[in-house]
Amino acid sequence: MTLLLLIILLPLIGFLINAFVGKKLPKIVSGIIGSGTILVSFVLSAIFFIGFINGTQQKIDVNVYDWIVLPDFTITFGLLLDQLSVTWLMVVTGIGFLIHIYSISYMHDDEKFHVFFSYLNLFIFFMLLLVLGNNFLVTFIGWEGVGLCSYLLIGFWFKNQDYNNAAKKAFIMNRVGDLGFLLGMFLLLYNFHSLHFGTLQTILASATVSHGLIIAITLLLFVGAMGKSAQLPLYTWLPDAMAGPTPVSALIHAATMVTAGIYMIARANFIYVLAPETMQFIAFIGVATALFAATIGLMQNDIKKVLAYSTVSQLGLMFMALGVGAFTSGVFHVVTHAFFKACLFLGSGSVIHALHGEQDIRNMGGLKKYMPITFWTFLISSLAISGVFPFSGFFSKDEILAAAFEHNKVLWAVASLASLMTAFYMFRLVFLTFTGEFRGTEEQKHHLHESPALITFPLVVLALLAAVGGAFGLPEFLGFHHGLKEFLSPVFVANPNAGEEHGLSHSTEIALMAGAFIGALLSIGYAYSKYVSGKALPIKDGAQTGLGKIIYHKYYVDEIYNLLFVKSTLWLSEIFHTVVDNTVVDGAVNWSGKFSLLVGGQVRKLQSGSIGFYLLAMVISIVVMFFYVFIIR
Amino acid sequence: MLLVILLFLPLVFALLTYLSGDRCAKYVALAGGAATFVACNFLKLPFLQGGMTPIVYAHAWIANPVINFSLSLDGLSFMLVALTTFLVPLIIFTTYRKEIDNPKSFFALILLMEFGLLGVFLASDGFLFYVFWELALIPIYFIALLWGENKDAAFRHRAIFKFFVYTLAGSLFMLLGFIYLYQHVGSFSIDALYHSNLPDSAQSILFWAFFIAFAIKIPVFPFHTWQPDTYKESPSAGTMLLAGIMLKMGIYGLLRWLLPIAPHGVLLWTPLVIVLAVIGVIYGSIIAIKQDDLKKLLAYSSFAHVGLITAGVFTLTREGFQGAAVQMFAHGFNVVGLFFAAEIIFQRTGTHSISQLGGIRNVAPKFAACFMLVVLASVALPTTNAFIGEFLLLYGIYGYNTWLSLIAGLTIILGAVYMFRMYQLVMLGETNSLTSSFEDLNWKELLVFVFIIIGIFEIGLAPKMMMQMLQPSLDLILNYSLR
Repeated sequence: MTLLLLIILLPLIGFLINAFVGKKLPKIVSGIIGSGTILVSFVLSAIFFIGFINGTQQKIDVNVYDWIVLPDFTITFGLLLDQLSVTWLMVVTGIGFLIHIYSISYMHDDEKFHVFFSYLNLFIFFMLLLVLGNNFLVTFIGWEGVGLCSYLLIGFWFKNQDYNNAAKKAFIMNRVGDLGFLLGMFLLLYNFHSLHFGTLQTILASATVSHGLIIAITLLLFVGAMGKSAQLPLYTWLPDAMAGPTPVSALIHAATMVTAGIYMIARANFIYVLAPETMQFIAFIGVATALFAATIGLMQNDIKKVLAYSTVSQLGLMFMALGVGAFTSGVFHVVTHAFFKACLFLGSGSVIHALHGEQDIRNMGGLKKYMPITFWTFLISSLAISGVFPFSGFFSKDEILAAAFEHNKVLWAVASLASLMTAFYMFRLVFLTFTGEFRGTEEQKHHLHESPALITFPLVVLALLAAVGGAFGLPEFLGFHHGLKEFLSPVFVANPNAGEEHGLSHSTEIALMAGAFIGALLSIGYAYSKYVSGKALPIKDGAQTGLGKIIYHKYYVDEIYNLLFVKSTLWLSEIFHTVVDNTVVDGAVNWSGKFSLLVGGQVRKLQSGSIGFYLLAMVISIVVMFFYVFIIR
Repeated sequence: MLLVILLFLPLVFALLTYLSGDRCAKYVALAGGAATFVACNFLKLPFLQGGMTPIVYAHAWIANPVINFSLSLDGLSFMLVALTTFLVPLIIFTTYRKEIDNPKSFFALILLMEFGLLGVFLASDGFLFYVFWELALIPIYFIALLWGENKDAAFRHRAIFKFFVYTLAGSLFMLLGFIYLYQHVGSFSIDALYHSNLPDSAQSILFWAFFIAFAIKIPVFPFHTWQPDTYKESPSAGTMLLAGIMLKMGIYGLLRWLLPIAPHGVLLWTPLVIVLAVIGVIYGSIIAIKQDDLKKLLAYSSFAHVGLITAGVFTLTREGFQGAAVQMFAHGFNVVGLFFAAEIIFQRTGTHSISQLGGIRNVAPKFAACFMLVVLASVALPTTNAFIGEFLLLYGIYGYNTWLSLIAGLTIILGAVYMFRMYQLVMLGETNSLTSSFEDLNWKELLVFVFIIIGIFEIGLAPKMMMQMLQPSLDLILNYSLR
């Protein structure tokens, strides 16, 4: 338990050091503290991971202290380390470390260098808490905590109000999801008096629980996942989140935080398998998001925006995997995606760095010869995400597609279409950026250079992982050993609704695999013919027409949301304030005040001082009282 | 006896402060606040040692009608006494930098108000409660009226006078309620009132007599219109006293007096009150979004938060009660932190207008960090005090009605909207002529924030001790409320 706590606390200590004394430290010391704490966490995680592989490490489920105590329930501050959390632990600390050292170089000229590292460490702290919580509420601490760090890092360059708007949007949209998460927890707590994963699993395994309740719980928790993992309709914050420094995009908005929704559902798999309707819904949302985001990706010209929509699309595929019950495949894709997408983002950062902030691919081109390492690593990762054999994405994506095929042919068809688009727009990106002639200014061309070693080293490591990461889950039907599946098997309960690929014949599997592979190659070939042989360039802003224009403008979703939610709320705010509050409610208060003054004024006149009037009034009153008492009653 | 010492310490020091003259008034007042806080800590020991029976003191006061000078301190009272005795010296400390006219009166009034507040939280005799209730109003009326900062004095006088008349009018209903109770129960003693057995129709009327008084003080929608202008016009110390402590009188009143005495009346009107409270949550939050005056924005935000607390109280559940109690404590810290930030901004720029500010984070990183932490507590980020409160409150409301909890839950979204919008416009972006020479916190200001931030995380991370201290007293109230 001490070691486990240390894994979490080290990044927190790094955060505190950089937050309080970082300003006085030399930048390199700040960077070493920031990266070093994560490295130690990674080594400790690796020890646990190896222990799990060897079978020497048992599941740890420990309560550190009682947090919220009421007669009806106790919520502890507790940690859980099992095969699922250790998998995430490795990804978060491993990729986290690489991105930390990358940032030492990338952020070197920034005056708030130490602040950046303190935020990164804080992020890792909350992410580890999210992954290691042994109940929903501790996970929720991490869940909201990473949202906070995301807010702080998107708006890291806070002088720019556009960035601040993007940061605020991310936080608020996540909060919409969090309300669902919160209500889901209320349902669990109210009905089962516990939020502890293990306890809930035991209760649900034995008790008969109303199906409607399970559906409500699973749907509400999924709303939380939609927000955090940028699924339809709560995805629009993620492309905007690219306002943050590129290492942040790589770490938070690609490799780790946005997979929290997948983690949570994988963690709560024992609830989800009881709700096939919800699973169906998740698969539907996932595949819809995958296709929707992929189409937008086709038309974007900002290198980071393309990657952002691709992330949304890939997350959709992961949710589809969860929805069809292929939990392992979903997690597998999380891992491989973390490798290649982190590499892609860091590669784009390397490009942006070399071009002094240029992000528009129309002003790039021909960078291959200036930045060979960046190019090759970017290419490998693009091959991986496109699903080209034998790169990692090929294996993880194939598993998902096969599971979808078995479950529902429509899901498979749509997901395959999205994958074809992915291969196309990724290579559109590769070709426009790295091949052909340089289209930027002479000034930029003069300064073109490969990035320093601190930047290229993480790229190389991640590209290697992206290339060979498929080895964690080689297909079983070809007689291989699926390491990840076996590793995670204690976590996932058997799902009666979707067997993981047992139903398909070998020939079908091979056909699907070959089909996906050929499709990816064809897409890449099409991109090649268009952008390399055909030397086509994306047209200028505003020149798009018809469907192209709609897609280029991201289906105007932001504009629609703005009108539906932002404008209307502001309008309501105005009406509530000026009309309802100041005029109606306060008017009534003032009126009653005036009324009492008025009555007082009139009553005062009654006290005229004339004895006769008083006597008259007295007599009338007595008569009225007499009537009231004896006649009316 | 310690109870009596605790209660009268602020009064004695109020007198000393007034007599000590303008030059040392501030220090005498601070010493008085600190001494009271120390006395409060002596009372903490029995609670820490597991003593769950209330500490009581009783002395005959008036023979006919029978009014006793009786005080009682249980977990709930202790929590509010602790809040009051902690915040009052802190609030006095926040004024260290300001030139205050006639300081001996100003600080004496603050301590006099503390006396009234402590009396409210300690009294276990209905009439005594009423006396302290009104006593607490008078100092704050003068503080707000005479030491307000805005230039438009006529507007201020109107706003503060309205506040005074409005709350006083509300209290008169409560007085009538107590007189009615005395006639039918024959006592003002809280024990006798808890065991009274009035007909439902009488309880229904009693409910309104008390509820209006408390609802105006809290305030509950639609009795809130005095609040934004009063918060805006009062000097910051006054606003902190009002928002940090005084509005808790109303919530405390609900818990201590209304619910257990007129349970059937409460049951009858609960649906209406919860709906009103939840309307207040949403309504206040939405109005807060577009406010330009920082103090008015915080006033509407506070109004929204206490709406949630009121709704939690009326769920008549353990979780709702605990949430309300924890949130009262949390809100006290957070709202004082927020108004202190507003005060610091006003001192340096001379404005509360959000649209005129911006970029302060560039020049005042310490202030930016402290302000951010308080904002995060206010939006109930987990590990902060308000998260514990809101989680339990919303859970309690969920137990009452699912849909209502969904609507009330919108507070976590809307709260983030108005708070982050405010923070963005005030603190982020480029500096302008007003903010470019904004001076960062000095150590005294930092100290105030450090106290508040420690409180935020202490309750957020380890609320167990406080909740266990509150539990017996809340259970007792709940039992009487459900009889």
